[in-house]
Amino acid sequence: MKKIMVCIKRVVDYTVRVRVKPDGSGVMLDGVKMSVNPFDEIALEEALRIKERGTGIEVLAVSIGVADAQQQLRTALAMGADRAILVQTDAVVEPLTAARTFLAITKKENPDLILLGKQAIDDDANQTGQMLATLWERPQATYASKVEIADSKATVTREVDAGLETIEVDLPAVITVDLRLNEPRYVKLPDIMKAKKKPLDMTNLDALGVSSGALLKTVKTDPPAQRQKGVIVKDVNELVEALKKKGLL
Amino acid sequence: MHKILIVGEHDGKTLNQATAKCVTCAKGIADGEITIAVLGADTTAVASQAAGLSGVKSVLRIDRPENAHPLAAVFAPQLVAVAADFSHVFGPSTSFGKDLMPRIAALLGVPQVSDLMAVEGPFKFRRPIFAGNAIITVEADPAVKLIATVRVASFEAAASGGNGSIQPMQVSAVLPTHTRYVGAKSGSTDRPDLQTAARVISGGRALGSAENFKLLFSLADKLGAAVGASRAAVDAGYAANEMQVGQTGKIISPEVYIAVGISGAIQHLTGIKDARTIVAINKDAEAPIFEVADIGLVGDLFQVVPELEKLIAKG
Repeated sequence: MKKIMVCIKRVVDYTVRVRVKPDGSGVMLDGVKMSVNPFDEIALEEALRIKERGTGIEVLAVSIGVADAQQQLRTALAMGADRAILVQTDAVVEPLTAARTFLAITKKENPDLILLGKQAIDDDANQTGQMLATLWERPQATYASKVEIADSKATVTREVDAGLETIEVDLPAVITVDLRLNEPRYVKLPDIMKAKKKPLDMTNLDALGVSSGALLKTVKTDPPAQRQKGVIVKDVNELVEALKKKGLL
Repeated sequence: MHKILIVGEHDGKTLNQATAKCVTCAKGIADGEITIAVLGADTTAVASQAAGLSGVKSVLRIDRPENAHPLAAVFAPQLVAVAADFSHVFGPSTSFGKDLMPRIAALLGVPQVSDLMAVEGPFKFRRPIFAGNAIITVEADPAVKLIATVRVASFEAAASGGNGSIQPMQVSAVLPTHTRYVGAKSGSTDRPDLQTAARVISGGRALGSAENFKLLFSLADKLGAAVGASRAAVDAGYAANEMQVGQTGKIISPEVYIAVGISGAIQHLTGIKDARTIVAINKDAEAPIFEVADIGLVGDLFQVVPELEKLIAKG
């Protein structure tokens, strides 16, 4: 194991309650707090732990997005990534385009392992890791809650609907991570200072030969249907009565 | 006419109800013809269940030893071969479908629409983003195959009573050997399945321990309910991961959902929005769960839950 690549997406912070624009043209993003996608942060933490257990392993953080995504890559460098690449674009990057872009970087960098979040909490698409693995013609292990690396293989425990499943994949491979894989470290101030000196290279989709054209057209954006306000009952007897009245008991 | 292929999900014995929900979604496409593909080591039983779903024209059985476990890297090339004759390929938004479908899309070099919640046209759908805080209407290019996952909580299961044909199929596809199944560990299975149960009781961090979750299991047994949990409860180790309900866990649509000691973070609410009736029991009257609850009770769960169980037992 020489190199681990981690894909990082800049997303609206998970604490922000996103609101739809009144004209239905999208969601309001002006001035909202932006962060590293929480699942990608877990992916980076896992890469750092693998690096710390081994010797001579480089961790490369890669993002695709607006110029300000450098902030999220600086966070990744402060956490412990060795260097970073930003593929700068103002376009909305769909999962297939993201996968093609990461593939172009992958072919230059030849990582032994790619780690990323199972989904981004903005588009909730849950596609990029699987698509990247496919285009790279390599295995995928999605929804990882445990990763063990040995002898050019990864044994991955996956969170699936029925419980936990374990698969073994040959490296190189793509692993997408779930919530309970680890708890990402806090960044300390000296690390933020050190991160400023680490290399962060800029490139773009044209240079990588990837088209940024939209594959799907978003026609409009609506707020979700609101539930009707309910009733507050004062005790368990009333609760049982209310359930009976609805035919639920 | 639109030819729609649905990837059937099953455990070798039973067809997952998510497949019947995909059928209902597919029926929303006018002038559609529905085929289900089932892959496995021996799909005799699940193929006949699939053929019995109302509205299904045919079932394609792809039986081979390599299909004994649903590995996305092994299934995808076979499904790409099968998909040649179809305009749409749907899979469920379950861990099975979410793992598999993007692999099919990428092999075909086409985008995927995730989590269809409504069909507005053969290539026009509504889907949630930002944990359900916004719903977008997306239009896909009719000139390419439409690959999608279906948000199962948004659709009723198709009824039985169908009489589709069953055809065994040989697929020539090179299958990778770089991915191998090792084993699985699942939680208790004698309770109703969380994703399909009509009644669900979920516990949050306020339960305080795995031991205290027994209170919920006991009540659930009286009600024939499945038991779920908030992310906080799972993270704290009070409940198993497969019990998590929410944005990154299971999205469910039971008849009644009883949230016990769950404050109601937006990420949790996104998993229960489609429940017919939401009941909230929480000692904090200001908890956001009360904003979506149809019936709320402000009180100490350690008193309320046993009392509720007693009253229900009395009938």
